[in-house]
Amino acid sequence: MAKTPSPQELSKINHEPSNDGWMEMPVDFRPGTWCYSGKASALETLELPNPREWQPTDEDWKLPDNWETIIYEGFRERLKKFRSLKIFMDTCVRCGACADKCHFFLGSGDPKNMPVLRAELLRSVYRKDFTTAGKILGKLAGARKLTKDVLKEWFYYFYQCTECRRCSVFCPYGIDTAEVTMMARELLHLVGVNINWVLEPAAKCFTTGNHLGLLPHTFKDSIESLCEDIEDVTGIHIDVPLNKKGADVLFITPSADVFADPGIYTFMGYLLLFEHIGLNYTMSTYASEGGNFGLFTNNETMKKLNSKMYAEAKRLGVKWILGGECGHMWRVVHQYMDTMNGPADFLEVPKSPITGTVFENAASTKMVHITEFTADLIKHGKLKFDPRRNDHRHVTFHDSCNPARAMGLFEEPRYIIKQVCNNFHEMPENTIREQTFCCGSGTGLNTDEYMEMRMRGGLPRASAVKHVHQKHGVDLLSCICAIDRATLSTLMQYWVPAVEVSGVHELVGNALIMEGENERTTDLRDEPLEGMEDDE
Amino acid sequence: MKILFPLIAVIVLVLVALAGVDGAHLQTLFGIYIPYAALAVFLVGIVLRVIGWARSPVPFRIPTTCGQQKTLPWIKADNLESPHNTLGVIGRMALEVFFFRSLFRNLKADYDENRTGNELTYGSAKWLWAAGLAFHWSFLFIFLRHLRFFSEPIFFFVPFLETMDGLLQIGVPRLFMTDLVILAAVTFLFARRIVSPQVRYISLPADFFPLFLILAIALSGIFMRYITKVDIVSVKAFTMSLVSFNPTLPKGIGSVFYVHIFLVSTLFAYFPFSKLVHMAGVFLSPTRNLANNSRAKRHINPWNPDVKVHTYAEYEDEFRDVMKAAGLPLEKE
Amino acid sequence: MKLKSCLKEKRATILERWYQAIIDTYPSESAKHFNNQDPFANPVGFTISDTIGFLYDSLLREEDTEEEIAQALDSMVRIRAVQDFSPSQAVAFVFQLKKVIRAELSGVIDSEKVSEEWGRFEERIDRLALVSFDVYMKCREKIYELRTHEFKSRAWRLLERANMVGVISEESSPNC
Repeated sequence: MAKTPSPQELSKINHEPSNDGWMEMPVDFRPGTWCYSGKASALETLELPNPREWQPTDEDWKLPDNWETIIYEGFRERLKKFRSLKIFMDTCVRCGACADKCHFFLGSGDPKNMPVLRAELLRSVYRKDFTTAGKILGKLAGARKLTKDVLKEWFYYFYQCTECRRCSVFCPYGIDTAEVTMMARELLHLVGVNINWVLEPAAKCFTTGNHLGLLPHTFKDSIESLCEDIEDVTGIHIDVPLNKKGADVLFITPSADVFADPGIYTFMGYLLLFEHIGLNYTMSTYASEGGNFGLFTNNETMKKLNSKMYAEAKRLGVKWILGGECGHMWRVVHQYMDTMNGPADFLEVPKSPITGTVFENAASTKMVHITEFTADLIKHGKLKFDPRRNDHRHVTFHDSCNPARAMGLFEEPRYIIKQVCNNFHEMPENTIREQTFCCGSGTGLNTDEYMEMRMRGGLPRASAVKHVHQKHGVDLLSCICAIDRATLSTLMQYWVPAVEVSGVHELVGNALIMEGENERTTDLRDEPLEGMEDDE
Repeated sequence: MKILFPLIAVIVLVLVALAGVDGAHLQTLFGIYIPYAALAVFLVGIVLRVIGWARSPVPFRIPTTCGQQKTLPWIKADNLESPHNTLGVIGRMALEVFFFRSLFRNLKADYDENRTGNELTYGSAKWLWAAGLAFHWSFLFIFLRHLRFFSEPIFFFVPFLETMDGLLQIGVPRLFMTDLVILAAVTFLFARRIVSPQVRYISLPADFFPLFLILAIALSGIFMRYITKVDIVSVKAFTMSLVSFNPTLPKGIGSVFYVHIFLVSTLFAYFPFSKLVHMAGVFLSPTRNLANNSRAKRHINPWNPDVKVHTYAEYEDEFRDVMKAAGLPLEKE
Repeated sequence: MKLKSCLKEKRATILERWYQAIIDTYPSESAKHFNNQDPFANPVGFTISDTIGFLYDSLLREEDTEEEIAQALDSMVRIRAVQDFSPSQAVAFVFQLKKVIRAELSGVIDSEKVSEEWGRFEERIDRLALVSFDVYMKCREKIYELRTHEFKSRAWRLLERANMVGVISEESSPNC
């Protein structure tokens, strides 16, 4: 029998610092740190190259024979198309300001999770193929050849980045790892290297209009069952118009809000709000998805999926579009939609039919964020609230990465929360607003086989929540992102089990005093409101 | 290795200059041809580099927003951190270029034992910012001060800068503060790359080489000014002859001068091919130099691709039966 | 009591070496980062140092219940449970304390006077190890519970709406 190892032997993984540096360290695909590969059927639906059966743990990834040429040509094409890529490849001075800003690095300690090194994975190949110094000096100039091991490393680490842009806030040249990751993922797609959790929702969204693949009647059923829940709690009956022509406003929200816990409570909040103000709106089964996993695939797929929003708005003849609480959806709407699928000259500049406010900030794109819309309603005194209905909760607010760092949406959600809740506490200042920490599961990494990595990546966010939980008794983490609502719930169950997750409009729905409603004894989750039974 | 090689490279450069001037008497090469060539490489290189960047379009408007966007009139918009107009962009870029705004934000995960129990905090870490700022500003000061040698009459701002810089009034010739500051800053930036494990890990030879080079340039300059007290008049006669494209080699100037000139030439020639292009790159960074107004004004992508979409008509064709059964309105019955 | 006073006296050194030993359990590249001059430069390092301080004092105090110890262990083991460790590697850090103390207090421990006391102390460390394994298992179970929960909540809803949910397959995907 072999000698039993001592604890010291067991725990020493490799104490000797490697002298070779990071370039020669091959990736070890440990369970929980990578996602399953994209299914061939999803690739075919999206017309992406090299559909096949494979898994990252396979030795042979079944790449096309000329994969090096494909990547080289793809890289060259993207350098011509994206100034961002060129600048970000050339200007980094490796000052290290970004190093400890990444949640994956903070949670794992893996040095290749430092944003600078993540970008160097791509940059080293760029130097070899596209710079004089790299061609001549090779490794001395930080250049290296693209090999299969390097490609595997790209797959591993560019699917350990959630494109949250926190590092880019601190970079003196604004180098945005999200942009680098997007480019790397586009390159990987060229040779058919990708993950299923991004591609299957994208493919379903293409055919059925939403990530979950809900067919039109199912989408309708789901909404109707939520309306029944609303009626149970409030006594208010709501009919949601679907595919209705001639409404003022088309409302689009992530399909998870219609389907997944706890997003459904946020959805109830939207519906109560629209009922409260008598908004003439419609939802669509064709454009039934706010989210856009094309953003995590490539710019063509993003454009494909996004096209449904304007197409449906035009077909239904609405005046403008209202968008629900979602993170990456708003990155697409705010920074990409008009450029890709505009101009939306068939729509009008958004004007609130209730307050008359014209949303000049959305004059071209013609799409308004629901927190902008609601904040305006509150400011004009159009909503009646009883904030005591949220008294059973101590609330904090998580700035979702995309609305924070790709939009600058900070004040509206806070204003709303403070109007509808009496107990609001901010997390430490360096973990919120533009410095907010990611949930650790963005960009389509919210899949269960990736759980360990998600828990590591979410540790910095969870630490901040734990802090306010212990200090102020916070038990509700509110946010304006559908992925957050799903993944932060799981994250909290692991790190801070006493804290639940909600959207902002769930709190609005709780507080709204509806005309003709029953006296509320529970919140939208059917949880009892303390002291509300004997309250007049 | 990644430290040693650049160090040896700089030492070799110094020796080449010394051997070339003292041994081979190639004063003309080192004093005239190489500086001209280096300047040409620098100018052409930088221009080509910037043109190369500028030739790639900016398909999407992707500023990193670090402050409140402009929305409703009663919500205070942050025009510097999330600019909504050109003025804001200029302000943001100015803060970035002159004061390193983003580096100033730098923080460090830390913990505080004094409060109730141990507590994780994210404290600010301004050292990198301070050293970076000190280095770049003193470099600029020194560069501008050197224009004394390349202008006749001397540019009006040069004496002013010299007065400012020599405010301490120590020694003859007067001690320039920037000479000390740049040495200290470069030393700090070097030490940081050695001491901090994270930064050491990410550093490449190309990160140490410019540091050593600039350190050697500063030391050779200081050596001439304060120790050998080089003959300023003949230096100026020489530099002016370079400016007037009528180069005449100076007489009685030590070889350190040639070392200095050669190292500066190396820096100039190296500049466009290295990370030092960040000086120009920062102005073109799309996450910083664009206004956050993409919903108010349409941004154009010159290569906006045509993509195959799934139209409503196709959708209705596929799902007409279930839509009809569910009572959803249809375009075609 | 002699051993205890020595352990108290040497607290800082022992904790430092223990911390070092734990940090060394990380792959060399990560270890270098956790092993910053400031050992608290990240949440992971912070939690480790925070936890082992408590555990050490708890071993000396001999008052804490198993539950309290488990609670203290939790935050640190919870992190190790989602990092790249095998189960034995994840909890081996407890046993490293023995080695650290032996190295630090070799003269004291070898003397006969404290051998009995040392034996009892070792037993307490062993108990700590057992508790940490319980905590580790609880965390791993939680991970799988979360995984199945996420999976089930999807599958359940799919089943619930059987025949009504579009599934991507060769047959049902449109001609495009």
